[in-house]
Amino acid sequence: MAAQSFWGYRRENGRVGIRNHVVILPLDDLSNAACEAVANNIKGTLALPHAYGRLQFGEDLELHFRTLIGTGSNPNVAACIVIGIEPSWTGRIVDGIAKTGKPVEGFSIEGNGDLNTIAAASRKAHEFLQRASELRREERSISDLFLSTKCGESDTTSGLASNPTVGELIDKFDALGVTACFGETSELTGAEKDCAARAATPEVGEKFLNTWQAYMDEVIEPNKTSDLSESQPTKGNIAGGLTTIEEKAFGNLQKIGKRAKFIDVLGPAEEPNKGPGLYFMDTSSAAAECGTLQAAAGFVVHLFPTGQGNVIGNPIEPVIKLTANPRTARTMREHVDLDVSGILRREMTLDEAGDALIDITLRTCNGRLTCAEVLGHREFVFTKLYRSA
Amino acid sequence: MITHFLVHDKADTVGVVVVENVQPGQALTGWIMETDETITVKSMDTIPLGHKIALTDIEEGATLIKYGHDIGRSVANIGKGHHVHVHNAKTKRW
Repeated sequence: MAAQSFWGYRRENGRVGIRNHVVILPLDDLSNAACEAVANNIKGTLALPHAYGRLQFGEDLELHFRTLIGTGSNPNVAACIVIGIEPSWTGRIVDGIAKTGKPVEGFSIEGNGDLNTIAAASRKAHEFLQRASELRREERSISDLFLSTKCGESDTTSGLASNPTVGELIDKFDALGVTACFGETSELTGAEKDCAARAATPEVGEKFLNTWQAYMDEVIEPNKTSDLSESQPTKGNIAGGLTTIEEKAFGNLQKIGKRAKFIDVLGPAEEPNKGPGLYFMDTSSAAAECGTLQAAAGFVVHLFPTGQGNVIGNPIEPVIKLTANPRTARTMREHVDLDVSGILRREMTLDEAGDALIDITLRTCNGRLTCAEVLGHREFVFTKLYRSA
Repeated sequence: MITHFLVHDKADTVGVVVVENVQPGQALTGWIMETDETITVKSMDTIPLGHKIALTDIEEGATLIKYGHDIGRSVANIGKGHHVHVHNAKTKRW
């Protein structure tokens, strides 16, 4: 196998990032305009507008806070400005991010107006960006890497080749002490028992099955109107030849390889704390929601196998796309970081494809921009548990 | 030699067409990945890239096997070599 190290940015808390963003983070929908204005003033900073943050409560509010704090805390973020409509919740996000030791400062709009807030926040962003620009990459062990995965617009080629390619990498990296994460609770339906059997202990397997059952009981059963046709599987999945959720689930599960066992079940956006290894996270199977939650949990690089050609990105966690569908590789070339369609033609073995994926992953960690980064895909989508108050 | 379809598991009753433009009457060569065996099936339909082909006669109500696992049921009799998809197969789950 190739190199077992990469060049990353070591952060104040010891975690290692592969990007060096200065993020302008809105607490709420009302603060998007000010954040975008700051990012327009200070070139090279990154505003992350989103749709929520008002009148949320209970577990839904906790998830909102956890997603924001986790995003600012991600090692791919060098420093963070938080802007909110009022100071109290803004301060809560700032305090959460400050625990990492990275530079962070909050600004609130009430009593100041957008223009004064933008001016003050822009001056601080100016300082943060110049400071971040002097940080240098250093060589780090592969065991410092936190990697997440999710598949999208899957088809049967995903289960045959691109997902097993990710599985090859997961098995090889698991043995090297990488921390990895898969999710997609709904999309394991039909293969849930096989997934549970991949848990490191019976207790973790039971925790997974309880998580899956809770999703079925709380989300699917009360809300379904039919057999979920065209949602799960999606229209794109069906066009690509996937017929049932069970078929899609067994294909999905190929992403965790053959040997790795998952050591814990994480709540959405929950940071792993059981050490290196593979984790399952309770997430939606919608790509942008899943990726946003995994990035908020601190994962720094993402592997995304696609069949029909999902174009997803994430603003702070680079998304590496691979496909085994020869038509997608041909017609959507600008979205495809790695073409493994040779597996279907028997020109490439899974082992070779896994090594090619390791190579492109390490190059991405070292600074190579992914197709999604080059094309400006910055999908940042919060998971909302229920309606606001 | 061109491999027209792939089969995950020896026990599977469906395979996946991995080339474009499969036509009725075409003799197809398949590869069973689990056992590294080569098999042949005559296609009875136009089957798009990525879509499934029946490897055996499948009776209505039968469990469809792929990855060696239950992936749903047939809702019509499906002859060997025919296209298997949403028109003749369905989930058992929702």
